[in-house]
Amino acid sequence: MKRIRIFIAILFPIIIIGVAYLYLKPLNIAVLNPKGEIALREKNLLLFASFLSLFVLVPVYALLITFAIKYNEKNTKAKYSPNFDRSRTIEALCWGIPAILIILLSIVTWQSSHELDPYKPITSNNPTLNVEVVAMDWKWLFIYPDYQIASVNNLTIPINTPVNLKITSDAPMNQIWIPQLAGQVMTMPGMITQLNLIGNTKGSYLGRSTNISGSGFAGMTFKTNVVSDQDFNSMIAMSRSSNKILNIASYQQLSKPSENVPISYYSYASADVFSYIYNKYMSSSNVNISSSMGN
Amino acid sequence: MAENIDLVETAESTKTYLGFWIYIMTDCILFASLFAVYAVLHNNTNGGHSGQTLFSMPYALAETLILLTSSFTSGLTILAARRNNSKKVMLWMAITFFLGGLFLFLEVKEFNHLIQTGNSWRVSGFLSSYFTLVGTHGLHISIGLIWMAILVFFIFRNGLSKKTIKGLTLFNLFWHFLDVIWIFIFSVVYLMGHVGL
Amino acid sequence: MIYFAGILGLLNVSAFKHDIIQNVGVAVMGLSAIFAILIITYMKKWKWLFTEWLTSLDPKKIGLMYIFVAVLMLLKAGTDAGMMRLQQSISVGNNQGFLSSSHYQQIFSAHGTTMIFFAAMGLMFGLINIGVPLLIGARDVAFPFLNSVSFWLFVAGMILLNTSLAVGEFSGAGWLAYPPLSELQFSPSVGVDYWIWSLQIAGIGSLLSGINFIVTILKNRAKGMNLMKMPMFVWSVFGSMTLVVLAFPILTVTITLLYLDRFLGMHFFTAGGGGNPMMYVNLIWAWGHPEVYILILPAFGIFSEIVATFSKKRLFGYTSMVWAIWAIVLLSFTVWLHHFFTMGSGSDVNGFFGIMTMVIAIPTGVKIFNWIFTMYRGRINFSSPMIYFMGFILLFSIGGVAGVLLAVPPVDFQLNNSLFLVAHFHSMIVSGVLFGYFAGITYWFPKIFGFTLKDIIGKYAAYFWIIGFIFAFVPLYILGIMGATRRMNHYSNDLGFQPLFIVAGLGVGIIGLGLFMQVLQIFVSIIKRKQLQDKTGDPWNGRTLEWSIKSPAPEYNYAILPEVKYRDQFWEDKQIRYKMTKKQFKNFNVPKNSYLGLVIAFLAFCVGFAAIWHILLLFIFGIVGILIAIIYRSLDENTLKMITFDDLTQEDKLRLKGSN
Repeated sequence: MKRIRIFIAILFPIIIIGVAYLYLKPLNIAVLNPKGEIALREKNLLLFASFLSLFVLVPVYALLITFAIKYNEKNTKAKYSPNFDRSRTIEALCWGIPAILIILLSIVTWQSSHELDPYKPITSNNPTLNVEVVAMDWKWLFIYPDYQIASVNNLTIPINTPVNLKITSDAPMNQIWIPQLAGQVMTMPGMITQLNLIGNTKGSYLGRSTNISGSGFAGMTFKTNVVSDQDFNSMIAMSRSSNKILNIASYQQLSKPSENVPISYYSYASADVFSYIYNKYMSSSNVNISSSMGN
Repeated sequence: MAENIDLVETAESTKTYLGFWIYIMTDCILFASLFAVYAVLHNNTNGGHSGQTLFSMPYALAETLILLTSSFTSGLTILAARRNNSKKVMLWMAITFFLGGLFLFLEVKEFNHLIQTGNSWRVSGFLSSYFTLVGTHGLHISIGLIWMAILVFFIFRNGLSKKTIKGLTLFNLFWHFLDVIWIFIFSVVYLMGHVGL
Repeated sequence: MIYFAGILGLLNVSAFKHDIIQNVGVAVMGLSAIFAILIITYMKKWKWLFTEWLTSLDPKKIGLMYIFVAVLMLLKAGTDAGMMRLQQSISVGNNQGFLSSSHYQQIFSAHGTTMIFFAAMGLMFGLINIGVPLLIGARDVAFPFLNSVSFWLFVAGMILLNTSLAVGEFSGAGWLAYPPLSELQFSPSVGVDYWIWSLQIAGIGSLLSGINFIVTILKNRAKGMNLMKMPMFVWSVFGSMTLVVLAFPILTVTITLLYLDRFLGMHFFTAGGGGNPMMYVNLIWAWGHPEVYILILPAFGIFSEIVATFSKKRLFGYTSMVWAIWAIVLLSFTVWLHHFFTMGSGSDVNGFFGIMTMVIAIPTGVKIFNWIFTMYRGRINFSSPMIYFMGFILLFSIGGVAGVLLAVPPVDFQLNNSLFLVAHFHSMIVSGVLFGYFAGITYWFPKIFGFTLKDIIGKYAAYFWIIGFIFAFVPLYILGIMGATRRMNHYSNDLGFQPLFIVAGLGVGIIGLGLFMQVLQIFVSIIKRKQLQDKTGDPWNGRTLEWSIKSPAPEYNYAILPEVKYRDQFWEDKQIRYKMTKKQFKNFNVPKNSYLGLVIAFLAFCVGFAAIWHILLLFIFGIVGILIAIIYRSLDENTLKMITFDDLTQEDKLRLKGSN
């Protein structure tokens, strides 16, 4: 009877893990399947930190299970020392091992937070593409100031080109996330945050808001297309053929709350729309754009 | 037997004093948070007036002196209580009450003036945090005034007992604490506002 | 802007109109309340309830009432969790599920708020009330009346939160209500006000409790029990209550400012007008992060007692443990920014807070190793509290590792606000906090009721909880890495999320079985209380003072106050064959019952309700009423009753005779 129980106890988890593995294998595990340099480095960091953690996790499990079996009260042969309550060596190890691991991880943390700072421009031979992003109720507006076009819920970027996103919000706080290209950054009214990313593989990747912003929050997704330079140019051409233009008047129409908004393009985007949006919420007399940009 | 009960009483008072000190500390944190909020928002005038143009130094100084004096007179109540002179206790309490009331009156007048001249808390983050910080202090002063009234009533009814002296001591702690907070308000809000920091 | 409108404020008929699912909820709660009232009336127990329980100042009874309320809230918020997972299991592609997005958002906001403030905090204060006076060899807490006020304020906050189900609606802005979403502009209904005021009232209760227990621990200890002889649970409560006292005023200020924004049109956190929403995020986490440690420290303390008792061995590394607690207390105020690395604070700031967050993992790791080494060379009895402990170490370690990963800012950029984060903090709060409290309830149950809980059912409950937890939250770790965010009420079909959500839903079901087992355990134990009776007062072969008195413990705990020479005083006494020293019995006082705690809480409820609905008269009534109640209490000279030799329990008398 006991053997059967142990057998089941071992077999059952193996079956579950096996089924889970078979199910997950064909799926797109976004964070572990990066398509750009930034996301790739973030993934490597995740794996490295997980690996380091094993040095605590494995001893904890091993000691716990060994002691639980060996010092079970049914095992009367095991040594029993009820007054054993201190040992310099063990306590030094208890403080020491976690401390060493944490020091190691701290160095990694310090370096990586500087190297993977979302504000840090990406060095590349290709010139940087600037995009202004506005989180709205409940859609994303992308303005391409270099081309004076705009789109809703669609971000198209050329391959191997660094992209600088300047992000604000005309709504509650949101948080932008394109897991296969880069991590998340908050969007806040009256503030400009930045995110630098790059796409190194062609494809269409999901982006979404990750911070609750009201009833249409779950539908606040957008497509990020990493395309060849040619396709990027044809996207610009297509956008310019649109019959919609973006100025402050049409923006005010757009900014009315709406949910699950389909993709649309604007043939012309007036340069003052973005500054209009964050200036709506500027409050202090002595703050100007540069200081509100955070660095 | 009687001795025992007395001992318990004293142990009870040390608990009350300790508990009250911890309460004062929580109140300190409460004010510290409000000061932090004020520090963040005091430049966010939203196109409205800043402290430099709104605050009158002599007025704030007068308020400060009144409150400081009231703190002094409330200290005198303890001295009188030690000499078991309940009449003097009542006298100094009355003066403290009057000064506290005067301070509160001046503060309300200042608030009223600001609102009348179109500088209410709705105008800007700066004014919101100003009204809230100074107003919270004012609220504490009002509670102090009610407390004083009850204490006077007690002393009038029961004379100076262990219980009333304990109440008097705790009240003094509270009142001095409010004084210290006001010094900070005077320095951070009025003085630094006046200089334009 | 309407400050006060009419005699009923903003309250009108539309506040009572709900959709079908909400109506079912209201009906279930209403009918259960009516049912409970009918039963009490039928059994003619009102007087008993009022004099023995509702007005009692005995911390053991207050503690039990805390736990009773907390368990109700655990069931309620657990139902919320079930509804959320059900929605997420079916709301894919064209199917929108059975909850509207605004209703879904109210449910997750209520789930988080209820679980933290009314389930976890309630269980915590319950166990502290029961445990602390007994463990320090005291008859009572420092301020018994204040303790009752704290408890009833907690109840008032709880009732206010649940009123939102029937009158108006609840906040949909998440459990921390980030502005500007929680501002009037984006949340014009009363939901956020309900959130503010139920937290405000319960929070003030917690603050008062914090002061009360610090003074209790510092001033009420048994003779000879210096600080370094206190049981570890008392140390952990001391740390936790210190955090309460330091952190809760920040919460009080923060949500008051949010209310002022909403009520008076101020501009603290508004978008525009000179407000700064990021300041709210900073302030709320300056309270919120310590809050997590407030909850977990007492659970650590309970595990420390349980591991030592059930291993029949001294706690390993006592001094280390004490230092670890205070390291955690200190460091918990230096890590709040890790909740929003994504705000763009700059890499130096992020790096600093990331490192501080990792540093706090060191004392936590030390505690885990110390517990494990307490088992070393012990004689471990695997009763259900020990099963919870095993589950705790297994699952909490995974959660801790996930936490360290999230502390690396670039990793956090990928996982912040994803379901990975949700799985992480549930690992900490379910397997750390809840398992600890469940173990504590099982452990001290006989001391309160005089009989033990049926252990075999408790073991099944623990297994269901542990396995259910794995099924409910491992899929969330995976979903987070797949790119699923928290708080989604809908997602598209091609992402492959659905099967994982279904598994997570099954996990919630298994946890539900665990809850059912726990309720069953209590019923079975009540029926079989004769067999399970604790005749010795020491069912676990315990180590600390509370096991030296009879079970159930009398109102006054100790007829003669104990004296302490050792850390595990009772254990050491048993080793030398307990010899009664001659002690003279002296009469002593205990506090009389008081109904004023109830009254004050009722008035506080009125204040909260009036503030939510802008009802001026009720607001004034509440404030003035509270003032009068406090004055009335301070005038009352006659708050104590004396316990004489004749009042003692039979057993205490026998013991005293033996000693004379």
